[in-house]
Amino acid sequence: MTEQHHHIKLPEGSIEKQTTTLNMGPTHPATHGVFQNIMELDGERVVSADSTVGYIHRAFEKIAERRPLYQITPLTDRLNYCSSPINNMGWHHTCEKLLGVQTPKRVDYLRIIIMELARIADHLICNSIVGVDTGAYTGFLYVMQYRELIYEIYEEVCGSRLTTNIGRIGGFERNFTDTAFKKIEKFLTEYPKVLKEFENLFARNRIFMERTMGTGGISAERALNYGFTGPNLRAAGVDYDVRIHAPYSSYQDFDFTIPVGKTGDNYDRFLVRNEEMWQSLSLIQQAYHKIQDMKGTEADVYHADVPEYYLPKKEDVYTKMEALIWHFKIIMGEVDMPKGEVYHSVEGGNGELGFYLISDGGRAPFRLHFRRPCFIYYQAYPELVKGGMLSDAIVTMSSLNLIAGEMDA
Amino acid sequence: MNMALSNERIQQKLTEKFGEAVYGFEEPYGLLSFETAKENNLKVMQFLYDDAELGFHFLTDLCAVNYPDQPGRELAVVYHLHNLSENIRLRMKVFTGIQTPDVYTATSLFSSANWMERETYDFFGVNFVGHPNLKRILNVDEMDYFPLRKEYPLEDQTRIDKDDEMFGRG
Repeated sequence: MTEQHHHIKLPEGSIEKQTTTLNMGPTHPATHGVFQNIMELDGERVVSADSTVGYIHRAFEKIAERRPLYQITPLTDRLNYCSSPINNMGWHHTCEKLLGVQTPKRVDYLRIIIMELARIADHLICNSIVGVDTGAYTGFLYVMQYRELIYEIYEEVCGSRLTTNIGRIGGFERNFTDTAFKKIEKFLTEYPKVLKEFENLFARNRIFMERTMGTGGISAERALNYGFTGPNLRAAGVDYDVRIHAPYSSYQDFDFTIPVGKTGDNYDRFLVRNEEMWQSLSLIQQAYHKIQDMKGTEADVYHADVPEYYLPKKEDVYTKMEALIWHFKIIMGEVDMPKGEVYHSVEGGNGELGFYLISDGGRAPFRLHFRRPCFIYYQAYPELVKGGMLSDAIVTMSSLNLIAGEMDA
Repeated sequence: MNMALSNERIQQKLTEKFGEAVYGFEEPYGLLSFETAKENNLKVMQFLYDDAELGFHFLTDLCAVNYPDQPGRELAVVYHLHNLSENIRLRMKVFTGIQTPDVYTATSLFSSANWMERETYDFFGVNFVGHPNLKRILNVDEMDYFPLRKEYPLEDQTRIDKDDEMFGRG
């Protein structure tokens, strides 16, 4: 390409520039969230990018220092709100680790069903949004029906859909209903066909491949140095998954594989997420069968026996002295937690979601820090898009699965 | 083939190399945790990174904690490091006084430390010496205090439109 300078007559005193500044965001349809990118463009090529985040910072870490453990769960909903249940479960696990609570197997398996449904919902959004940004809107609208079904399952289990506040320390607030299991069955029978169709729409689609292959790539070494985790790291070829490396919620009882990519580009990220959805389906299937095979008292358990932290049933509160006392103590925040320092992490929708909890023995944490995966890997964005086309930068942004709620805490 | 890396082995290697300069070894919930002086944070991390056996190449998390009741040691910067191939984690802490909260930046070692240190500066005022772009990240640039320090209570104490007695805080 030959260098061309177009000389336009500029007003007196103007500074002549060869590049254009483009302000993308904070509320731009292509950012899919509230954050800003100031890009310096040479024609259509990105020369440099500068990111600004923090537009929806809500001081969760400060608020958490005044709240008893169970009141922090709703805060975690609002981190990665595409997969709230995973955040909720991660928080329950952190508390259980601090308190030394052992959960029954059935609780673990029920949790895995919910967490893997959440992972599918999360990846579904991300991959279909990549489709939207490359010009394929239909896939997005089509799979939305099945995210709706996932939300109906949440609703049946906990009563809410997006910000779920699902489960409690020690288990679930109530047992799964028959309707919930029916809906899970429906999902297991219908979703594979849909996912296959969705995959066929993109995976070998020439337009899609040419738009995504070789754009927004990162090497394994750089990805590690930038603190990438989750599908984005695996797309670069590193098989790190918290579910395997530090199993929680009995993931060690399950058979599943961790898909890895090679080039870390937008196409590999798409494929990794796609394969993870298949793996999640298999996990849900396995967990569902394990639960169906349970017999006797084991088949009805839905929480651990931790009266100090698990709210008793309402009917017991009205009729039993013991239950009334615990209810009062939990609600009034009179239960102190043990002293200690815990780091616990789960495999969230977009990476390792960590909770660093310091307790000084009071009713609320002394300090709580969230390791938010997309806050950490988003800083690599300028490096990923530098030298590429602006339209590829948009696809890169959506394929990174950036969630403003998680980034800004 | 190396022997699997254990907490004991890491502690042994660190004490061999740094002697008295690394201390306070603990294993809360199985995670090796230790302390070093703030002047040594980079040396220790570099050693953990470079040593062929240790190989801590992944910075999982970096944050700060404010302990207002410890004079001269009011702020702690906490690093969580991970050796992914041996799958072992550790936690390193450095303490600093709140008057001169200067701690060396880890950005030369980990690109991921850039924003995490900015966040830590933003909320605790830890001054990361040598950081390429140490400015606020989540809060507004005009903010003139560090909100996660314990001296700033959760609610805005300047509000006069609330009757404290009504809220049980009289």
